[in-house]
Amino acid sequence: MAKVTFKIGGVHPDDAKLSRGCAIEVLPLPQTLYVSMAQHLGAPAVPCVAVGDKVKTGQVIAEPGGFISAFVHSPASGTVKSVGPRRDLAGNGVTHIEIAVEGDEWVEGVDLSEALVKEIPQDRTAMLDRIKVCGVVGLGGATFPTHVKLNPPPGSKAECLIINGAECEPYLTSDFRVMLERADEVVVGAAIMRRILGDCPCVIAIEENKPEAVKSVSGAVSALGYEGISVLTLKKKYPQGGEKQLIDAVMRRQVKSGALPISVGAVVQNVTTTLAVYEAVQKNRPLISNVLTVTGDCLPVESQRNFLFRIGMPLNYIAGYAGGVPGDAAKIVSGGPMMGKAVADMDAATVKGSSSILYLSESLTRRKPESACIRCGRCADACPMGLEPFLLNRLRKAGDLSGLEAGSVQDCIECGCCLYSCPANIPLLDHIRMAKGQVMGIIRERAAKARAAAEAVSPKEVTKENK
Amino acid sequence: MQTTIIWTIVILTILGLLLALVLYFIAKRFKVEEDPRIDEVEKVLPGANCGGCGFAGCRAFADAAVKAPNLDNNYCPVGGDEVMKKVADILGYEIKAKAPMVAVLRCNGSCDNRPFTNEYDGALSCRVKAALYCGDTACPFGCLGCGDCVDACQFGALSMDRNTGLPVIDESRCTACGACVKACPKKIIELRAKGPRGMRVYVDCVNRDKGAVARKACSAACIGCGKCVKVCPHDAINVEANLAYIDFTKCKLCKKCVVECPTGAIHAVNFPILKAKEENNG
Amino acid sequence: MDKYLVSPNPHVHAAVSTRSLMRDVVIALLPALAVSVVFYGWKELLVIAVSVASCVCIEYAITRWLLGKPSTTGDLSAVVTGLLLAMNLPSTTPWWVVFIGALVSIGVAKMTFGGLGQNVFNPAITGRVFLLISFPTYMTHWEMPAGLFGADAVSGPTLLGRVNEQGAAAVEGLDCWQTLFVNVGGSAGEISALALLAGFVYLLCRRVVKPWIPLSIFATVALVAGIFHLADPAVYTGPVFNLVTGGLILGACFMATDYVTSPMSTAGGIVYGCGIGLIVTMIRYFGSYPEGVSFAILIMNMAVPLIDRAFHQKKYGRT
Repeated sequence: MAKVTFKIGGVHPDDAKLSRGCAIEVLPLPQTLYVSMAQHLGAPAVPCVAVGDKVKTGQVIAEPGGFISAFVHSPASGTVKSVGPRRDLAGNGVTHIEIAVEGDEWVEGVDLSEALVKEIPQDRTAMLDRIKVCGVVGLGGATFPTHVKLNPPPGSKAECLIINGAECEPYLTSDFRVMLERADEVVVGAAIMRRILGDCPCVIAIEENKPEAVKSVSGAVSALGYEGISVLTLKKKYPQGGEKQLIDAVMRRQVKSGALPISVGAVVQNVTTTLAVYEAVQKNRPLISNVLTVTGDCLPVESQRNFLFRIGMPLNYIAGYAGGVPGDAAKIVSGGPMMGKAVADMDAATVKGSSSILYLSESLTRRKPESACIRCGRCADACPMGLEPFLLNRLRKAGDLSGLEAGSVQDCIECGCCLYSCPANIPLLDHIRMAKGQVMGIIRERAAKARAAAEAVSPKEVTKENK
Repeated sequence: MQTTIIWTIVILTILGLLLALVLYFIAKRFKVEEDPRIDEVEKVLPGANCGGCGFAGCRAFADAAVKAPNLDNNYCPVGGDEVMKKVADILGYEIKAKAPMVAVLRCNGSCDNRPFTNEYDGALSCRVKAALYCGDTACPFGCLGCGDCVDACQFGALSMDRNTGLPVIDESRCTACGACVKACPKKIIELRAKGPRGMRVYVDCVNRDKGAVARKACSAACIGCGKCVKVCPHDAINVEANLAYIDFTKCKLCKKCVVECPTGAIHAVNFPILKAKEENNG
Repeated sequence: MDKYLVSPNPHVHAAVSTRSLMRDVVIALLPALAVSVVFYGWKELLVIAVSVASCVCIEYAITRWLLGKPSTTGDLSAVVTGLLLAMNLPSTTPWWVVFIGALVSIGVAKMTFGGLGQNVFNPAITGRVFLLISFPTYMTHWEMPAGLFGADAVSGPTLLGRVNEQGAAAVEGLDCWQTLFVNVGGSAGEISALALLAGFVYLLCRRVVKPWIPLSIFATVALVAGIFHLADPAVYTGPVFNLVTGGLILGACFMATDYVTSPMSTAGGIVYGCGIGLIVTMIRYFGSYPEGVSFAILIMNMAVPLIDRAFHQKKYGRT
């Protein structure tokens, strides 16, 4: 089959999938777990346990704090030791529930067997509810609550479910290992989501640098015999795993600025999310674990690992278990080298969306001194959204907010291609991200004003429409 | 040859006159009627276009001042009372005298007081740094040291001190326009009353962490112990969220709190040198 | 390391820098420089050495001593300017004329605008045009190639010079393909089209430049020259002659593609290239100068800000 990719921009960083050969290992539980209340996009969850409470593995310990929010479950059995602010990996205080681990005794009603459950339930709402109650969020990076995404607003219909197995970030191999080792579950999960979305076609998209995963998933698709699921090989290009880029690559459609993917009939879910959906619907297992890669250019290949971790394990516990931080590591990143977050505090706990602990050496990661823009246009060539970062940076310097909006700064997906490719090492993305925030604020304010004005003019009509 | 020169002169003269006429009529036709007092007010303003008054520039301020019914909401912090008196004279308004203000940096987290816990390697901008994480020290409230305030100051009153990593405010140049206050993402800079002969007492810290945490992050942090509150005879200090704050409208500059503070977070500046020595001993 | 780095994403960077890009341009110019040294001998070598050395020294002096800033000569852009300037000068140019050219290139065209990235006009061409206007005798006195370090060389006008004086008939019967390898008289950059093209192919392979600007220049020159040649072959030279003679290949491949002074978008680049091609042929056919590549590029340099405003990248999801 012809390999496809997205049309605009993109870069080709060295993919350095050093840990691809490491099978997923299960991490033993530490003595204490710190479960963050802000593990997902949207409102933080609200703790529903008190200090001293006994909790079991998989028990709900926090409830959604809004429409876009998610349940959080206890990752182990034990006692709640404290509920209060603790520093996340950026060093900012976030409410955490501290659990003194006493064992791994699960709540009742969870199927802990390894057996594959092929039969898919018919009740769409029940499945969605299961996904919501099990706290499933998108594990590809944005951690958007999955049940919201799988429930398109009235009037829109999913035409294609894309399972994102691109894993275009260099170094990361967690999705790859999941596709290799848990292909059957991933395919059943895809079939479940397909059913929820009204039996739309489903494409599992995998980049060409993972031929083993393509083989294993294709094998599972044909062995399990579900209808409407196909595997598509993508050319290797970053940021292929970006939602908008993947939709362009697979469906040849582009999501309009400010619109949701569903507006072009697309729903994109990551492979690990798909696995979490399988576990939630078929096994009633809440999302309390995920796969994480311990890797980096300064970590010897034999020390690299792919771990199945429980949420709330501190990063330094995992790092210590894997043999400690290598001496020549200059930066520790949680996530991929292109979009991951630099870790300011290794005491920080893992969250649902944690995908790696990445050790980068100084020569690879330290930014080089900034020099003058030579107008080479590499940033514009690299931008997958077709923006002109050099221009945006100039407008930002001049404080021209309307110019920035005309330059579509709000469409920036913060993939880092501009800074990656800049020969003058200008911190383009750092500044553009700030400008984007400002412009988004203006756009939101304007929308709110317009809504208020519309309501003021014809309150009756608006209420009718709402009904 | 001569005719060429003459013709050239004639044609160019006629052309010039014609164009002048066109310009004259256009200027006449599209003339914008403006209150002449706007120009007058603009003339007495400092002309720095700093935006400290809340308007886009001196012209916008003059425009607003002329249109406003009084000058209560229009104040040029740069020009101060002197300029505002002139403005009021032109417009025939009354003004109330305002106490002169000055920008005060409320962080003493110098490199010595506040050890680094990591090394920031991103764009040299406080805004970028603040949006990314808590900063390169254990104090998530203090100065980030990238100098956004220095860039914001139009009067050259701010500069970064290489040794401390903190900005320094030159009081003689500071006009209290508030540009640095707005530029600081951590809200460390505050406009406070300049005080008699520049004498001020203030808490040089904005850390709201619990005492032990704050102290561990920075040896000069306010730990919210409340000793200053007890010792203050004027009820000018209150502690909220582990942080003391001195209300400059109530403070009588007695400096009792300065001596009492266990971490030296309360600073007294511009007092005569003799007294400053006593303070050090205490 | 006890203190780890923290920065916004991305955490890795492509192996490309201003210096590496400029180094690639220098490498790409080497074949043509070698050919010119072989043909013109030590005089050419002297011109190149003086040009590069003065450009680098002038930039160093201005940044360090006049502006009090750290030197920017490390990015090799001054070396590239020096080489390009040398390639635009006859080998007989006295050293002090070369120095004045370098002074105008770096001092006037580049540093007064704020250094690399800020200049509106291509520095090397500005220097060359300044010399052409100020010292026409030196600048139009070409020495016929006499072999490596040869003794007495014959001097005379270039092919285009002859055409300018006598019309297309002057070069009747000339095998244009021969000029691809060795030109008959001209500056270093005009002598071997093949060497220049080889260098350009290197730049393309290294993805330093994109081919659209040179291609659009060549296409426009060929098209316009073709039309005129068909109309009156006796007066107007043909497309192939116009493509391979003069500084067209040097200008199109190395000067018009200068990042700083060319449009950033592909569409803008094509417009810019077409403009250059059109102006070149017009100057060659109707102008009083025999050659117009430098002027054409300078004129189109002025239009770049406008072109950049008019042409943008194709944005995602905004059609």
